[in-house]
Amino acid sequence: MAAGKEPKKYLVGIYDHEDKVVEAVKKVQKEGVKVEEVYSPHPIHHIDTYIGHPRTRIPIAAFIFGATGTILAITMITFMMKIDWPMIIGGKNPLYPPTMVPVTFEATVLICALGMVATFLITNNMGPGKVEFMFDRRTTDDKYALVVDLDKNTKSVEEIREILIKYGAETTPPPRIVEKP
Amino acid sequence: MAEVHVHYDLNEKYTFTPELKKKLMIGMGVGLVLLILGVILAYAGIGFGHHEAHEAGKAAHEGAKHANTEHHGITPLTRLWANLWLNGVFFTYIAAMGVLFVAIQYVAYAGWSATIRRVAEAFGAFLPFTAIVLLITFFIAGHDLFHWTHHNLYEKGKPTYDPIIAGKAGFFFFPLEAGSFPLFWLFRLVAFIGIWYALYRLLIKNSVAEDYLTDKTDFSFHKRNITIGAIYVVFFGLSESVSAWDWIMSIDTHWYSTMFGWYVFASSWVSALSILTLAVVFLKEKGYLKMVNENHLHDLGKFMFAFSIFWTYIWFGQYMLQAYSNLPEEIEYWVARHDGLEGVYSPMIVMNLVINFLFPFLFLMTRDAKRKEIFLKIAAFGILMGHYLDFFVMVMPGTVKGYGGFFLIEIGTLMLFACAFVYVFATQLAKQGLIAKNHPMMEESLHHSI
Repeated sequence: MAAGKEPKKYLVGIYDHEDKVVEAVKKVQKEGVKVEEVYSPHPIHHIDTYIGHPRTRIPIAAFIFGATGTILAITMITFMMKIDWPMIIGGKNPLYPPTMVPVTFEATVLICALGMVATFLITNNMGPGKVEFMFDRRTTDDKYALVVDLDKNTKSVEEIREILIKYGAETTPPPRIVEKP
Repeated sequence: MAEVHVHYDLNEKYTFTPELKKKLMIGMGVGLVLLILGVILAYAGIGFGHHEAHEAGKAAHEGAKHANTEHHGITPLTRLWANLWLNGVFFTYIAAMGVLFVAIQYVAYAGWSATIRRVAEAFGAFLPFTAIVLLITFFIAGHDLFHWTHHNLYEKGKPTYDPIIAGKAGFFFFPLEAGSFPLFWLFRLVAFIGIWYALYRLLIKNSVAEDYLTDKTDFSFHKRNITIGAIYVVFFGLSESVSAWDWIMSIDTHWYSTMFGWYVFASSWVSALSILTLAVVFLKEKGYLKMVNENHLHDLGKFMFAFSIFWTYIWFGQYMLQAYSNLPEEIEYWVARHDGLEGVYSPMIVMNLVINFLFPFLFLMTRDAKRKEIFLKIAAFGILMGHYLDFFVMVMPGTVKGYGGFFLIEIGTLMLFACAFVYVFATQLAKQGLIAKNHPMMEESLHHSI
């Protein structure tokens, strides 16, 4: 989105414990600082609700992909078994509904799963060959990063930095500004 | 993270109010009256046997087919016995499944369910009552309900001799002579329910003893219950399957399905989960179980959703293979449920799939539906009715043939059993504290969040 334009500026506070960063997210927001994102080496329960992220819409995508799979499978079976080459198996009607169920089920699950993975990769800008920008390399190891978008906050950098330190951010080095290209 | 202390009254006790007692008594009375009225009306020809005219023509048509099977007159009383048997079996399973829920929570070291464990524990108290109903019904009406009880099926040389059923004789009559007294079968009935109940009493004993612990770090009762729970899970897993063959599959003696045990399990397990959900929601509405929040309800909702689909999977797995292969000894079961027997049961089998699969699948799919009490109440009630219908379709075609239906007898028996179940359930629930307050994982349950 911001490609070619000026890099966006973020303030990154580093924490050394899960509990500290969770507590900081809650407290910092109470002080009026808008938290952009938290990066951690492992998933943290409910961190999205503490940050205030809207709920994921991936279940809706899953339902739509699943329904697509169902319709695709039924169309495919109907074409194969009724239109292109009608076949009678076991004395049953070519479109005997119970026999359509296993294939329909599998197609539903397949399209649903593939679609969900694709949606997830696209919305998170991930995928083969993509290198995600990292605010701090240590968040893949043992540190937790609390990222504040400076454009979305009215407080000054110094004020935010002080608030972050007040709620447990590491002071050596203190929260620093990172430019995201 | 700073410690968050949640304060709830863990000493709360459920009181079985006289008003509820009175209501349930009235419910049982009305059920009994409806049932008797239903039998009387049925003898008068109302709500019973309106297929007779067709049956006569059909009987002649199928005369050759039924040459070696006896035709017994199906009277309104037969239908009453069939209903007693159906409800007896249904509620036996529900009671045993409640105990299974508790046992699984122990074996799985589950913490989230600590606050609702007592509710599930109260299910098992109904087991002795249904056992008595099953035994009485069998001794009075075993011959009407179970084709295999007729001794002339096992006498070689007679026209009524049935080699297929005679081959299964040992399963019923061992060690006695085929066609005499079904000792092995009755032994299993008594032993299964007896052992389920005995293990249940042990679970309850330790569970209640845990409440009076002075040393909160003493987990000995909990550990003992983990062992008992493991025994219950293994024993129940095996015996439930056999009991399903005994009590339901043997009605259609010729027919067999290798999936029947799971199928009955799936049906009754999801029913028990629905009753558990309903019980928890109703208790919350009455002001109990304040610590049970939408996260616990979400888990119960997920259970109902998942096992409704599990049931569909099993049901379909059983149905498709038999319908597709179309083997005579297998398909007769499904013919009776489709267009056979004048199609009495064909709407029910469609309803069965709609209520038990499509309805919970679409209704409980979203996260919000599983977290709201009103949605859960509707879903649980629907699933419960659906699985009663499922058991109905399992039992009725084999016992009352084309004379089945849903009228006063059915409503009366169901009301009688349901009210009796709630009565026993509430009595058991009121006996001890509503919360297993010294559960080692109580804190986890109080902070449960998904």
